[in-house]
Amino acid sequence: MDSTQIKPAHERKLRNKTSFRQSVRNSFIMAIRGLIKIRRTPEQLFDVTLQPIIFTLMFTYIFGGAISGDVQSYLPVIIPGILVQTVITTSIVTGVQLREDMDKGVFDRFKSLPIARIAPLAGALLADSIRYTIATVLTFTMGYVMGLRPEGGLGYVLIAALLVIGCAWAISWIFAFFGVIARTASSVQGISMIVLFPLTFLSNAFVPAETMPDWLQWFVKINPISHLVTAVRDLINAGSIGWDFTLSLVGAAIIVAIFAPLTVRTYMRKA
Amino acid sequence: MQKNNKNNNTKGSGEWAVEAKGIVKTFGENRAVDGVDLQVPTGSIYGVLGPNGAGKTTVIRMLATLLRPDAGSASIFGHDVVKEPHIVRQLIGVTGQYASVDESLSATENLMIFSRLLGLGKAEAKKKADELLEEFGLTEAAKRPLKHFSGGMRRRLDLAVSLIAQPPLIFLDEPTTGLDPRTRNQMWDTIRRLVKSGSTVLLTTQYLQEADELADRVAVIDHGQVVAEGTVNELKASIGTSSLHLGVQHDRQMQDARLIVERVLNVRSTVSTEGGKITAPMADVDRMTDLLIALRESDIQLAELSVQKPSLDEVFLTITGQGAGSSDEINNKSEKAVEV
Ligand SMILES: Nc1ncnc2c1ncn2[C@@H]1O[C@H](COP(=O)(O)OP(=O)(O)O)[C@@H](O)[C@H]1O
Ligand SMILES: [Mg+2]
Repeated sequence: MDSTQIKPAHERKLRNKTSFRQSVRNSFIMAIRGLIKIRRTPEQLFDVTLQPIIFTLMFTYIFGGAISGDVQSYLPVIIPGILVQTVITTSIVTGVQLREDMDKGVFDRFKSLPIARIAPLAGALLADSIRYTIATVLTFTMGYVMGLRPEGGLGYVLIAALLVIGCAWAISWIFAFFGVIARTASSVQGISMIVLFPLTFLSNAFVPAETMPDWLQWFVKINPISHLVTAVRDLINAGSIGWDFTLSLVGAAIIVAIFAPLTVRTYMRKA
Repeated sequence: MQKNNKNNNTKGSGEWAVEAKGIVKTFGENRAVDGVDLQVPTGSIYGVLGPNGAGKTTVIRMLATLLRPDAGSASIFGHDVVKEPHIVRQLIGVTGQYASVDESLSATENLMIFSRLLGLGKAEAKKKADELLEEFGLTEAAKRPLKHFSGGMRRRLDLAVSLIAQPPLIFLDEPTTGLDPRTRNQMWDTIRRLVKSGSTVLLTTQYLQEADELADRVAVIDHGQVVAEGTVNELKASIGTSSLHLGVQHDRQMQDARLIVERVLNVRSTVSTEGGKITAPMADVDRMTDLLIALRESDIQLAELSVQKPSLDEVFLTITGQGAGSSDEINNKSEKAVEV
């Protein structure tokens, strides 16, 4: 500090915009920060590690006999259901943690740096993809241990995994939005559960829609979660990419198109 | 220390590091900042002095692009904080009142992440982090989680992070509040070094003595308004003098002692009713020696003796004609700082 003189303001090259490349770079570095945080506090991974294991065991043995006759033939139905439910529920954490993070002093620092404004948000969302990946891998592993042998083969399982992770990422923008507008972290948790609980259970995730009353079938069939579950089933059980796959991707894209700008705008206005 | 570069007329070469005109921030009914004007010369240390709740932090947050002013305008080296926020952010470093580092990361990780965000490569960032850790005496604690950091270490790390990009303007919001005297002195040295290397520093403080030690110019703010502005000496001249408090061991010597005080200091004194203490204004502390010698020559034994600088409360009393908005707490704090 003594030796190096600080460059005066008027001799600096200054720009009033961040380039796209810089935004991507900044977001990745914010994601690295998120990963370091996860490594520092591994206990925050409980939900993505325990839930897949417990749910898979519980649901399979409780519903297996009733719905598909036996556990073995229920697995191809239930594993995609649990996968979608677990990973989507995990995306709530994004909003909760974002709220907690934003209340800390370090967020002021982020806002005072010449970095892309979206980076702290995008980085948090990116880092959370690691959570979805953990949940996905564990659910498939549990399924495999219990006897699931996906007919679609490993390649399609991989595509299914990517699809679910991608959709969870898209949906996490909704919870990020709650995170930005809510006053406390626990209210984010509360609102998010109220939205997600009916969506995941009023779907074909655990029980075929045909067994439900007509009025409920109507909802279950338009529920986007159902389409995602069906897309995953088609992929891993038949190795086919169908209409539900396209619908899921389009749905995810629409969510991002609406909620990413909304969240970013609100986040910056609050800043 | 002002830089008037005559050949360079481009934007940003102006002499003002900070120029604020009538900035206002309202929270609900509360006008936290109520039309503040500031002009901070490049290369100087500028102090914003005021009690808790005066609006210091809110002013800094507006200047640092963290809050949008409701009215008025502000520019940093000629760049408007609302219209060119991204440019402004390239010129400033902000150390907030409350730790603005990442609690869940270690010191090294903090410095690395922020360096990389500012565009340094991995190797450069590592080098920068090591340099700054060394400079701020944090090398030992570099890998420890911040949970175990003392207040002073946290502050140092905070400042280190602000210096990564070597910004020409640094905001320090109450940089020494809560620090012990030794750490506080280190912080002061660091701030002085910063200015020597060409930075401009705008700091806020509740302590008159801190402004006195560091600042070239001071703005006193209260209830969101600048109530006085000037060099430290100008300000001091306006706030009156320190006062002498003196007690004697034997009550019968009281009258003698009082006469000596009045004679030597050439002022009028008062005797407080309850404690039997003599109080007198003391313009020149140097006269103290004469006073003590005179007292000894008259065989007067002292029970207690103190010189108190004017408290922040008195500053406000003088400047505004009314007490500082809030409580004794501030008063006590400022006296504590003065005594150290
Ligand atoms: N985010 C906020 N929301 C509502 N009121 C605030 C907020 N920030 C500060 N204030 C109020 O504005 C006034 C000035 O606060 P502040 O700038 O923090 O003062 P200082 O830093 O001088 O102690 C206080 O009355 C405070 O309660
Ligand atoms: Mg403050």
